[in-house]
Amino acid sequence: MPTVTTAPSPTPPKSFGNDLTSLLPKKLVRARPLFDPEIVGRATRASFGKLNPVTLLKNPVMFVVEAGAALTTVFLIRDIFTGGANIGFQVQIALWLWFTVLFANFAEAMAEARGKAQADALRKTKTDVFAKRIAGGGKVENVPGSALRVGDIVVCDAGDLIPGDGEVSEGIATVDESVITGESAPVIRESGGDRSAVTGGTKVLSDQIKIRITSNPGETFLDRMIALVEGAERQKTPNEIALNILIAGLTLIFLLAVITIQPFAAFSVAQAGSGTTPAVAVLVSLLVCLIPTTIGGLLSAIGIAGMDRVMQHNVLAMSGKAVEAAGDINSLLLDKTGTITLGNRQAVEFLAVSGVTNEELADAAQLSSLADETPEGRSVVVLAKEKYGLRGRHIPERESKFIPFTAYTRMSGVDFEGRELRKGAADAIAKFVAERGGDVPGDFQEMTDRISRSGGTPLGVADGKRLLGVINLKDVVKGGMKERIAQLRRMGIRSIMITGDNPLTAAAIAAEAGVDDFLAQATPKDKLEYIRKEQAAGRLVAMTGDGTNDAPALAQADVGLAMNTGTTAAKEAGNMVDLDSNPTKLIEVVAIGKQLLITRGALTTFSIANDVAKYFAIIPAMFMVTYPALAKLNIMGLHTPQSAVLAAVIFNALIIIALVPLALRGVKYRPMDAASLLRRNLLIYGIGGIIAPFPGIWLIDQLLVAFRLA
Amino acid sequence: MTSIGILQIAIFLALILICAKPLGAYMARVFEGERTFLHPGLRWLEVLTYKAAGIKEDVEQKWTHYTASLLSFSIFGFVILYLLQRLQGFLPLNPQGFGASNVNPDLAFNTATSFVTNTNWQGYSGESTLSYFVQMAGLAVQNFASAAAGIAVAIALVRGFARQEKKTVGNFWVDVTRATVYVLLPMAIVGALLFVSQGVVQNFGAYTEVATVEGGKQVIAQGPVASQEVIKQLGTNGGGFFNGNSSHPFENPTPLSNLLQMFLIFVIPGALTYTFGKMVGDTRQGWAIFAAMSVMFLIGVFVCYEFEQAGNPILSRLGLQTGATAGQSGGNMEGKEVRFGIANSALFATVTTDASCGAVNAMHDSFTPIGGLVPLFNMMTGEVIFGGVGAGLYGILLYCILAVFIAGLMVGRTPEYLGKKIEQKEVKMAMLAVVATAFSILFFTAVSSVISFPEKGYWNPPGAAAANLNNSGAHGFGEILYAYTSATANNGSAFAGITANTPWYDLTLGLAMWIGRFLFLIPLLAAAGSLAAKKKIPATAGTFPTHGPLFVGLLVGTVLIVGALTFFPALSLGPIVEHYLMHSGNLF
Repeated sequence: MPTVTTAPSPTPPKSFGNDLTSLLPKKLVRARPLFDPEIVGRATRASFGKLNPVTLLKNPVMFVVEAGAALTTVFLIRDIFTGGANIGFQVQIALWLWFTVLFANFAEAMAEARGKAQADALRKTKTDVFAKRIAGGGKVENVPGSALRVGDIVVCDAGDLIPGDGEVSEGIATVDESVITGESAPVIRESGGDRSAVTGGTKVLSDQIKIRITSNPGETFLDRMIALVEGAERQKTPNEIALNILIAGLTLIFLLAVITIQPFAAFSVAQAGSGTTPAVAVLVSLLVCLIPTTIGGLLSAIGIAGMDRVMQHNVLAMSGKAVEAAGDINSLLLDKTGTITLGNRQAVEFLAVSGVTNEELADAAQLSSLADETPEGRSVVVLAKEKYGLRGRHIPERESKFIPFTAYTRMSGVDFEGRELRKGAADAIAKFVAERGGDVPGDFQEMTDRISRSGGTPLGVADGKRLLGVINLKDVVKGGMKERIAQLRRMGIRSIMITGDNPLTAAAIAAEAGVDDFLAQATPKDKLEYIRKEQAAGRLVAMTGDGTNDAPALAQADVGLAMNTGTTAAKEAGNMVDLDSNPTKLIEVVAIGKQLLITRGALTTFSIANDVAKYFAIIPAMFMVTYPALAKLNIMGLHTPQSAVLAAVIFNALIIIALVPLALRGVKYRPMDAASLLRRNLLIYGIGGIIAPFPGIWLIDQLLVAFRLA
Repeated sequence: MTSIGILQIAIFLALILICAKPLGAYMARVFEGERTFLHPGLRWLEVLTYKAAGIKEDVEQKWTHYTASLLSFSIFGFVILYLLQRLQGFLPLNPQGFGASNVNPDLAFNTATSFVTNTNWQGYSGESTLSYFVQMAGLAVQNFASAAAGIAVAIALVRGFARQEKKTVGNFWVDVTRATVYVLLPMAIVGALLFVSQGVVQNFGAYTEVATVEGGKQVIAQGPVASQEVIKQLGTNGGGFFNGNSSHPFENPTPLSNLLQMFLIFVIPGALTYTFGKMVGDTRQGWAIFAAMSVMFLIGVFVCYEFEQAGNPILSRLGLQTGATAGQSGGNMEGKEVRFGIANSALFATVTTDASCGAVNAMHDSFTPIGGLVPLFNMMTGEVIFGGVGAGLYGILLYCILAVFIAGLMVGRTPEYLGKKIEQKEVKMAMLAVVATAFSILFFTAVSSVISFPEKGYWNPPGAAAANLNNSGAHGFGEILYAYTSATANNGSAFAGITANTPWYDLTLGLAMWIGRFLFLIPLLAAAGSLAAKKKIPATAGTFPTHGPLFVGLLVGTVLIVGALTFFPALSLGPIVEHYLMHSGNLF
């Protein structure tokens, strides 16, 4: 028989707060409107600074565009002085080519500016604080926060700002961490255990604590956070580098295709005896239209925006690589408590033994629980009220004696008006009754067994020597969790429930939540081994954790989401920190990772697919004179060679701007299996990408002619 | 198109389909080192080869070592073949008394390169240039060797996908030996006998001089043709014994021999898709590739057939009957053999350029512009529609890598193919291969379009490189483009109409062949090495599915779009504009 105990589960940290029941993404604390005027202004200014060819060299596609724009401009200036033809056309081409570079710069600058705006907000909180450092002889001295080093002990009183990252070494206090988390409810920080970490810049609201400093100035959590959101530490992720290679390769191919047009045309002109070889402006235009400027211009913006989106969910990713890895996750290790279930067991049912009414049982149970402050105790009171209309009563303290729970007696209750009301572990209650000469009814054992088998915890209730019945305490699976897990499965992600429960209870909850696997009576070592086993099979694993003993597993996992309430060790081991300390967030992070990758793929596909239409615009225009028969390829019916080339270039430039919101927000992601997702996205961005430019270029051509620009 | 023509095309594809599984499964066993039904008869030959060459059968190589072996094998073959040609006057089996004067050094370089790279571009006429000994001991041997090397590379790449956390990709020498002993040799023997039964000649006799009915004199060239013919097709080599290649009645006498020739071209590449599926442990993956290849094959063959059958609009306008009637095949019969007709000529042209064979039974130069565009475009896409033996498979796998990388992101995971993550290294190598081939085709065509040399000089006696063309305008441009495309793609078929046996063309075409062969397959071997070292990620519902119609469509789209985007300007100045000009009454 499984051990039955009423041992209260530890009270969940307060910062879990009301979020526990909410599975929906938290309100985006830091989200700003996409086109916040201040950010747009900042980005516009930055786009010009980014014209510097040295910085642009990092982006081969845009570097080629800039070189093309410069070349066109040089030829334009030459033609102005030598009185060449088509000056108006050349001016427009040159302008639009420069715009193309600027638009791409703007996209990146927008993404960066959004990060910088956040960083500024954070930096404002970083005022220089004074710290009360405890010197050698126990004397307290006032030093600037910047003078603190790892290992120093400081003391903080109510109202003080905590001068640096550290661990509470003595005392307990409530702390306002809203600077970091955006959550206004204060959290409890105390020495020892898993809630000892404090962050520099947060404020002590009550009591006094002593803090051992764990990071040097400039390396604190807040510093790192600022650096991260600012993008200062941004490194290209592996997939981003691979994609860059692809588009650089494509650029090279198109460079070849366009450069060789000149000799091809020379041959054709010589043979046909008519026409001229294409002008530089036209060749550059074709080149710029063909090379993947859309994805080339938006690639880094997508990456930065992905990090930003994670940030808006109050998760701090230590690297873009981690976000990317989140999209690849195959196995999700979810802690049962707080993630899958509400975090504590709740009374769901009263089962009276024969000869006792349920009302009588409920009444006794409620009375025995009135003084019980554990969530389980409270849930008994609530159930009695909801099911039998028994309101909580006040028991005068002087006439009653509360019996607290101890590990030895394994029950609690109240002595009141001569009655001895007890609730507790089934065997403890049975023993209690027997000691008072009462009988244990035959159906009692049967009831407790049945509850245990179903994953619940049976609590016996006795009134003196009378055994009244059993309370069924159950772990309640969060609403909507089952659907989330099913959704994960459709996305190809296995969810594994981690719990300290015995296998029987774990199996029952696992079945109820619909997880794919569970790890019962899990020790930190078990977790680590499980992760290693999954990884050996080629799977990528994500997990959450907060305790120091979680640290090895967090470090081993491909995505380790540490809770902000957790220990420093846990936060250092993971590659993400959830500032809200909400383990369910892991699912959101996976979705963001996937969204980031989909956005990249979609824009790459779109960019390449776009090229088809541009060929049909420019090639006939290029050779209209040499081979008038090629006019048949002008299927859009563009007016003149000039209007056709201009229309293609303008479309190419405008599409970058038009897709900035998509790049920053990300492609809409709906959890579904890969085949449907691929079909859908191929249709929109592949087939759509082939079709869309045709009407687009046609319309621009019409406008150009209408406004007599070409 | 006629229903009988369509039926013949259908029968052909059905034959390839039927053989894919048994032959594919057999090859998988061969390359995994398992026993087959031919082992009792042939194992001694394999063992003997290992003993003679000092090959350790069970020692595997890293990709670098594998590549080095391949390169040394090819370079050694090149040197031998070069020397054989130059020294043929001192060698036996030379009834016509050909000597070094028939093969000057630049031609010998070009031909040696051509056969070692499985291109079989021929700047010479076999019957008036090379002795029987050089044809047999030089060319035919390389027909086996270059084909076996192609298969070996493909198998190495497949191993990259099939195995995990391994440093090695197989042993090149063992793979080449097995490909030759168990695959090429037995099939070649059977095929040669079938050819002989159809009237393909096989002798060592001197050429026969006969008096024609008109009293003229005709020299009838002969030789050991059947033995060379079979490996020419089976190894997708394509170098004919005679200049007429497969249109010559001694090479390809009957419609049945014609079907057998085309069958031999496709049978190994078709079956290798199954071998691939078998070796990676999921035959659906192989069938998906087979399906994608079939779709592209059918598009090509029907476009080509349609335009050849439609014939020349200028002739129709003159009131000539160009449609098919009971008595004639109709269509554009210029440059085609009457015994093959439109359907089998269009089918042969498509097959020979889908695969990197290059044998021809009709003159592609005389095809209609769009009919000729099909073979050209087939080669430009890297010959991945069944493709060369081995080369077709490793070529299409390159496109699989690209397709998965571009579109695979759209399922929200970093791209993976067959459980292998496609990362920097693979993308870099795939792009290197694509850029190298595009460079070779476009750069050499561009240079030859405009470069000029002193007339009667060494490099190009006619003067400008463009002066070697027999046709002007867009068609002339198409001829240059076709030549470099054929060389780079290691196809070897000629558009003809271009005098390519000058030092300039011999050298540049030779370079194009080296680039097209080795700058394509070395990057893929590098990718194989990196893939073999990776872990295999188990497939889940979130994995990009690479076996269904969706992937087939994506793969076809990737091949066509990448090819079209790279070569659209060149094609528009060649066959495309030629097509429109023809309709407005202009010919070249």
